Amino acid sequence: MRFLLVEDNAQLARAVCDRFAIDGHAIDHASSLADAIAFVGTTHYDLILLDIMLPDGDGRDFLSRHRRAKNKTPVIVLTARSQVSDRISLLDLGADDYVTKPFDFAELEARCRAVLRRQGGVAQNRIEFAGVVLDSLEATLSAKNGTQNLRNREFRLVEIFFAAPGQIFSKNHLMDRLFSLSEDVSENAIEVYVGRLRKKLDGTGAQIETVRSLGYRLVAKE
Amino acid sequence: MKAIFGTPLITRGSMQRRLVIQLSLIAFLLSLLLFLIVRGVADRAASDTQDNILAASAISIADALYSEGGQVQLELPYSALSMLGTISEDRVFYRVNVDGTTLTGYDDLVVSARSDVSTQAEFSTFSYRGEPVRAVSVTRSVGSQSQRTLVQVVVAQTRLSLAQISYRITLWAVAIGVAFFLVATGLSLWAAHNALAPLNRVASAVTRRGPNDLRPVRAEAPAELAPLVSALNSFIVRLSASLARSEDFIAEAAHRVRTPLATVRTQAEVIHRSLQHSKNKSALREMIRAIDESSRSAGQLLDHAMVNFRADQFQAVDIDLRELVAETVERLSPTAELKDIAILVSDTGEDFAFSADPILLQNALRNVLDNAIKYSPPDSDILVKLFHDSNFHVISFHDQGRGFEGLNLENHFERFKRGTNVGDIVGSGLGLTIVNEVARAHGGHVKITSNKGEGACVSLFLPLA
Repeated sequence: MRFLLVEDNAQLARAVCDRFAIDGHAIDHASSLADAIAFVGTTHYDLILLDIMLPDGDGRDFLSRHRRAKNKTPVIVLTARSQVSDRISLLDLGADDYVTKPFDFAELEARCRAVLRRQGGVAQNRIEFAGVVLDSLEATLSAKNGTQNLRNREFRLVEIFFAAPGQIFSKNHLMDRLFSLSEDVSENAIEVYVGRLRKKLDGTGAQIETVRSLGYRLVAKE
Repeated sequence: MKAIFGTPLITRGSMQRRLVIQLSLIAFLLSLLLFLIVRGVADRAASDTQDNILAASAISIADALYSEGGQVQLELPYSALSMLGTISEDRVFYRVNVDGTTLTGYDDLVVSARSDVSTQAEFSTFSYRGEPVRAVSVTRSVGSQSQRTLVQVVVAQTRLSLAQISYRITLWAVAIGVAFFLVATGLSLWAAHNALAPLNRVASAVTRRGPNDLRPVRAEAPAELAPLVSALNSFIVRLSASLARSEDFIAEAAHRVRTPLATVRTQAEVIHRSLQHSKNKSALREMIRAIDESSRSAGQLLDHAMVNFRADQFQAVDIDLRELVAETVERLSPTAELKDIAILVSDTGEDFAFSADPILLQNALRNVLDNAIKYSPPDSDILVKLFHDSNFHVISFHDQGRGFEGLNLENHFERFKRGTNVGDIVGSGLGLTIVNEVARAHGGHVKITSNKGEGACVSLFLPLA
């Protein structure tokens, strides 16, 4: 997925770009309204993350112009202002959602996903492995023996495995991606979710294998 | 705001009353003066009339005097006394005095006579036989050139009729005075009311407007009120500027605090990912928690300031509580989903129209729901219910979390008070204070019920119509 970040604070922008890169997303950074307009004009983005207070104007102006131009790319506003005063006007101007700074990345990701799901605009929303299809729009797993609904964490776990079949993921890594950093979780919490996932994959061509002292990986059944 | 408009106004009587009292006092003095003048003039006219008749009588007696052989003779003309008797029951006395001896009349009617002859009648008032009398004295010389005798004619009359006339005149004067006083007082009331009308117009133009109407006052005002109105308008301009400043200040403060926190938190997350050592990881996790805590506190402090600010200049709009709840739930679902928490909304299908400040109310709902998500375990449900209870719309949030413990439930509404069982969950203790203040601004209240092991239930009561 391709993101555009419009943010004038250089350190924050760099950190956000770094953070998105870890999860394998492509992200461009515009530090002013003028840059943002130029970027949007040249490339297609799946989602725009927009700061409100920018050196050459108000992000809300960009938002209303963006909507007037019938550009459908969803916009999530990163606001640092009081949530009380901004909320209504932001959504009225056509923002799809907003996140208050400082934001939790797990939450930002969840909101991006929710916005994209609402739009139905994710290019590739079905991933297949060993006869099992993961529908990221519907959050379902389908195989010959039927379709299963996934809860949020189960879905995110499946998504990690399906994105890189055969790759070993450590418990630590999975925990980082599954739980918010402000949450207090024990290491065996991950085992609970892996256990649930195994139950849902039961009877299909795919399975999650424990690699001793290293972690888990998704493999096809022999 | 409250401080500005709530200062006790020191009133020192009504201007209208003062004006009316002053004008009435003047009217009273004028009436008194009028009374005195009318009575004085009329009295004078009455006594002049008596004097004229007395003089005419005395002169007609004097004219009847003649000398015969050196002797002064008098044939008293009847008409001379009858003209006096016509008026009333006044008694008439007379004396014709020739060189100290009484020719005719009452001997004891003594009036000092002038020694020279004069056509002028002399008047005097004195008591005679126990009654006040008015007397006239006319002196004539009677006789031939060689033998002249000075004759004094005195005619006196009691003042009974004069007193009666005077009494009648006094009554009239009183009536005129009272009538004048009443008319003048009525006019002064009218004048005071009229004179103060522009002031009342300005006052009602100011009081009629809502608390948020900060447009300048445009009421028609006379020149005398122009400085007051322009002072008021400049005060309004300064007030609205200061309100706008405080709103900007809150927004700016939020921006200043949150942007660096966002940078630190994001960098910490990036580093957290790259770390392998679990000890380092947990240290960084602690750090991120501290950031979350401070950002949450800052956020809620600013929210609290904004809530107070908005509650002070409350602006109600007609909303549908069902929609507002749905919107808030939708807004917070991604956060809930992260923990696999389902938010289940149900309502009784009744009418939930309500007049509210939607921004305030949404903030309250968000705070309650945010709290519920924060304190709920993963894989649990939060039940949101909309129903009516006697005279209230009720929005209740029931979670399966740890509930409220260790605090008197009322204390949760106090700033920075938190339960004893919050453990490691990030919070500032302002959330419920905000909720409570919002509820109160809408004329409602908040109720918390908590049973150990059954989670907590926070209910927002908002008055029906």
